[in-house]
Amino acid sequence: MNAPFLRLSGVSKRFGGVLALDRIDWDVMPGEVHCLVGENGCGKSTLIKIVAGVHPPDPGSVVAIEEHDVLPLTPARAHALGVQVIFQDLSLFPNLSVAENVGIAQVLTGLARPARFAAMREVARATLQRLAFDLPLDARVSDLPVAERQIVAICRGLAARARLLFMDEPTASLTRAEVNRLLAIVARLKAEGIAVVFVSHRLDEVVEIAERVTVLRDGRKVGTYAAAEVDERRIASLMTGLELNSGIVARDLAGAAPLLEVRGLSRDGEYSDVSFTLRAGEVLGLTGLLGAGRTELALSLFGMTRPDAGTIAVDGRTVTLRSNHDAICAGIAYLSEDRLNLGLNLRQSIGDNIVLAVLDRLRGALGLLSGAQRRATAARWVDRLNIRIPGLDHPVHTLSGGNQQRVVLAKWLATSPKILILDSPTVGVDIRNKQGIYEIVRGLAAEGVGILLISDEIEEVFATCDRVLHMRGGRIAGEAIPGRVSEAALRAQVYA
Amino acid sequence: MHAAASRRRPPVTERAPVRGIDAGLAPLLARLRMPGGLAGLAGLLAALVVVFGAAVPDFASGGTLQSVMFQMPELGLLSLAMLLPLISGGLNLAIIATANQAALLMAWLMRSWTPAGASGGTVALVIVAAMLAGLLLCVVIGLLTGALVAYTGVHPILVTLGTRSLLDGVSIFLTRGTIISGLPHQYAAVGNAVVLGVPVPFLVLIAAALACGLLLRRTAFGVAVFMVGSNIEATRYSAIDVRRVLVGVYLASSVLCFVAACLMLARFNSASAEYAQSYLLITILAAVLGGVDPFGGFGTVWGLMLALAILQVLASGSNLLGMSDYLKLAIWGLVLIGVMAAQTLAQRMKRRGP
Amino acid sequence: MPERLRRSHEAWLLAVILVLGAVLAAIAPGFLTPGNFVDLIETYSVQGILALGLFVVLVSGGIDISFAATASVAQYLAAWLAARLHMPGIVCIPAGLLAGVALGAINATLIHFVRVTSIIATIATMSVYFALLMYFTGGKLISDLPDWWTDRIVFVQWQNAEGDLVRITLPIVMLVVAALFTWLMMTRSTAGRQLYAMGGNPESARRVGVAIGRLHYLAYGFLGFMAALGGIIQAHRVGESVPNAMYGSELTVLSAAVLGGASLSGGVGSVPGVLLGIVLLAILQNGLNLLGVSPYFFQIVIGLVILISTSFTMLATRGRHARRRVAAPAAGD
Repeated sequence: MNAPFLRLSGVSKRFGGVLALDRIDWDVMPGEVHCLVGENGCGKSTLIKIVAGVHPPDPGSVVAIEEHDVLPLTPARAHALGVQVIFQDLSLFPNLSVAENVGIAQVLTGLARPARFAAMREVARATLQRLAFDLPLDARVSDLPVAERQIVAICRGLAARARLLFMDEPTASLTRAEVNRLLAIVARLKAEGIAVVFVSHRLDEVVEIAERVTVLRDGRKVGTYAAAEVDERRIASLMTGLELNSGIVARDLAGAAPLLEVRGLSRDGEYSDVSFTLRAGEVLGLTGLLGAGRTELALSLFGMTRPDAGTIAVDGRTVTLRSNHDAICAGIAYLSEDRLNLGLNLRQSIGDNIVLAVLDRLRGALGLLSGAQRRATAARWVDRLNIRIPGLDHPVHTLSGGNQQRVVLAKWLATSPKILILDSPTVGVDIRNKQGIYEIVRGLAAEGVGILLISDEIEEVFATCDRVLHMRGGRIAGEAIPGRVSEAALRAQVYA
Repeated sequence: MHAAASRRRPPVTERAPVRGIDAGLAPLLARLRMPGGLAGLAGLLAALVVVFGAAVPDFASGGTLQSVMFQMPELGLLSLAMLLPLISGGLNLAIIATANQAALLMAWLMRSWTPAGASGGTVALVIVAAMLAGLLLCVVIGLLTGALVAYTGVHPILVTLGTRSLLDGVSIFLTRGTIISGLPHQYAAVGNAVVLGVPVPFLVLIAAALACGLLLRRTAFGVAVFMVGSNIEATRYSAIDVRRVLVGVYLASSVLCFVAACLMLARFNSASAEYAQSYLLITILAAVLGGVDPFGGFGTVWGLMLALAILQVLASGSNLLGMSDYLKLAIWGLVLIGVMAAQTLAQRMKRRGP
Repeated sequence: MPERLRRSHEAWLLAVILVLGAVLAAIAPGFLTPGNFVDLIETYSVQGILALGLFVVLVSGGIDISFAATASVAQYLAAWLAARLHMPGIVCIPAGLLAGVALGAINATLIHFVRVTSIIATIATMSVYFALLMYFTGGKLISDLPDWWTDRIVFVQWQNAEGDLVRITLPIVMLVVAALFTWLMMTRSTAGRQLYAMGGNPESARRVGVAIGRLHYLAYGFLGFMAALGGIIQAHRVGESVPNAMYGSELTVLSAAVLGGASLSGGVGSVPGVLLGIVLLAILQNGLNLLGVSPYFFQIVIGLVILISTSFTMLATRGRHARRRVAAPAAGD
């Protein structure tokens, strides 16, 4: 067996009082496809940043590339050694062309040199050719779809002579066809002897072509496994340290009163001819690949966009939703998939975030807000949802992902919704809080709230919902009832 | 943005029963414990008073206090007019142009409507009518500016750069760059009166500051202004009509300009498109000195008032020391840079320390 | 590439200018003469030079309000050396330019090391630079500039059909040189491409190893240099140095740069665009003059042009992206 390209031994990293990484031993072979998985906060990003030279590890750690100790590492040195990271945000320059993005290294040599456009184009052309991929070199990156931007980011890594490529959550926003294309590219890289490490918080398509899987949990390495040895369920329990509760909770609610009736809803370019019924007390799952039109549909149900055709009825009465204010008046609330940008005002206080959607209802004398009512309302929800906070006045960004998500839930529950749309509510939430959120969801359903749970994690909808719809290409492609259909069958349907 | 985000000040806190502007003493006390917060400003103010009191013989007299109270109101009101857009994540470069145009309109109306030898009652009526017209003008300007910011999505710097040019242009075009004077003397008499030792303009400033504090802290609109300033999309998703909030912000800003115009008219006894132009950037300096986040989302009326007091004490002190107005402006700029540098330094020390 | 042309800000601007020029030529006979045109360029040469400098700062993702104060300081320093100490031009002009660069470097220091937002930092330094200049000079103008400075330098001149003398003078040549240099730097040098990269995505620029600090000094130092150059040329044109002559031109220059397609959020804009922006303002003012409209009216027109052009651009872009919202990840809080 040859020597590993990258080898870590006893790598630890402490941030203040928190031990983010605890004596990690890890290696990556040349030309290997390796998956690094773990829940959010398990230390994956810290590990990448140490190898990329962004964070120095604690004393006693060893990072070796081709058996040479390379510490201390700087970003420039890591680049020179062939370590490239493709961050989830891709870190591209949207205002520059494809050629300039790929060949950016050509203009980083000093300030008073001529920019070598010819060299830049040549590098870009050659790199794209290596991947057997065709992109217009002069196109501006901001004009490309996300999947092609990702190709540009990969090319930039390759152009910088990458020998080890970290890809952070590469498939999060790709369709199946695009994932296949990405996997084909990875196969080429592998053939060239370039090691690729996929970093992910969930298990997805990339496991298919990985040779080994390393699982991190709470800053420690749980183990490295040959990909053939482990199945998804096993990895999931390794990631979380829990045997996942796979009990099915689905109830038959066919007799319950219809709460939300959607008939023939269409919006050009987003979804078409969508019809379904959500009953009181029902948890209805809505799954499908990213880009299947789930979020777009939810935004129309929340009044953020106007459908071109079709009707929405709440409690049997047809409603016209001109704004999300109308939606809230109709009893519909929507928890966004993008908690950090759309769900919360991160820098503002926890209390103000919770009461934001109900400010109009907290008026006291003279139409002024009552401070006491504001605090009481916020405190009540903190209490009811069991949110762990240092104080109502603290900014939301000081909370953990799970508690942040509970703050968003509190904001929407404060509007006393009849229908709650949850868009990927457990993204970026650790496993204990995930279970907590499922419990809240079931509790709300028991109180008669109708819940539309949007998620691309099949096991999540399978274990939480009474009924599951799945969307493909903007249409409802099928319906399944957990228990009557197996999880594997549902998965096969969705990924078909 | 990243670097900036990491050194944002802690958000404004609200604790304890709310009373008066900015919830009275409790949050002030809470902030006193925070480095670089209001405590630093209050300390700076106290230190300046002590230093000037010791170094300048006439400083510690009632006269200084009164001159501060006379000079602060116009800048104070214009700064309040800048504060609201700044908190909402914008800027209003048209405040001076708005105030001047309102003042010109009111001066012109007062002059042309007052008949020769009119009785006191008639003059009062004319003054009120002219003020209503000025208010109406400012409301229209505010609504238009707000609508442009809210509905086109153009950066407020550019929108208000445009409206400023437009307003100044109209003012200069109509007056041919001249001064309109000849106001009824009763107007200035009321405007410059002193009640119980406090000048009327200062009372107006206090009232406006209280109103702004109330608006920002105790209304749904106010909370929304802070929210819009820190993350407009998240606020929109929370079913807040962010466009209406933005229109409201520029409307309120414009109305404050109207109040400033009334005071300027009383003080100069005339109006011109050229007055107070140098105040524009000073209002931004004062707001930032007072702890307003230039990116929006945070800021207090209290902090702004403290910053204005600091600037005014500096001005009065340096006047007594015989320094020129230009030196005063330079000192103001240096104070702002110094305070920002101190904040950055404090942040770095804190990050390095335990 | 019709699609590309349709989306090019410069093409639109050129179209507007051509239409406006055609209208003015039709109704104001004096407009379309070489003499008028050259005069126009000379009148706007100083603002053009300032706008080129500001453009570089805008591309880097910052803004600078202090450049007019910088120009005044540099101009006055050079004038003082020349008129009071009777230094030769070889000393005075480099001294002025150096002063401009130094003041720009102070801005860069505040922005990069003290971490003050560029607009706030430069509002503060503008007050300080200008106030100190007025304090130390007492606002006194220097009218006895030496001849080497104020003598008109004509590079080419010819008589046109109407018998008017058309002169290509130093300010025009300097504007062209400045534009060429800025264009070369921004499009053909490593520095320029790094500035665009930094303006487009500062975080990514840091990650790929762009030296952000050096670029801040380059951008603000360059603007300081251009401001000083503009200040020296301005004194050359009017034959004297008045401490507050340039003060107040900040917003007009900013308008020109923005009209020319530079964005306040950085990473966008081009030298031809900035020049077209200046030309548009110049044509507007000149046309209104020729039409006998009061000069007071000009400011109204500038205001309207800014409001209309920015709103139009914004609404057009938004229409194009309306249904692509989900595809593009939003920026952070």
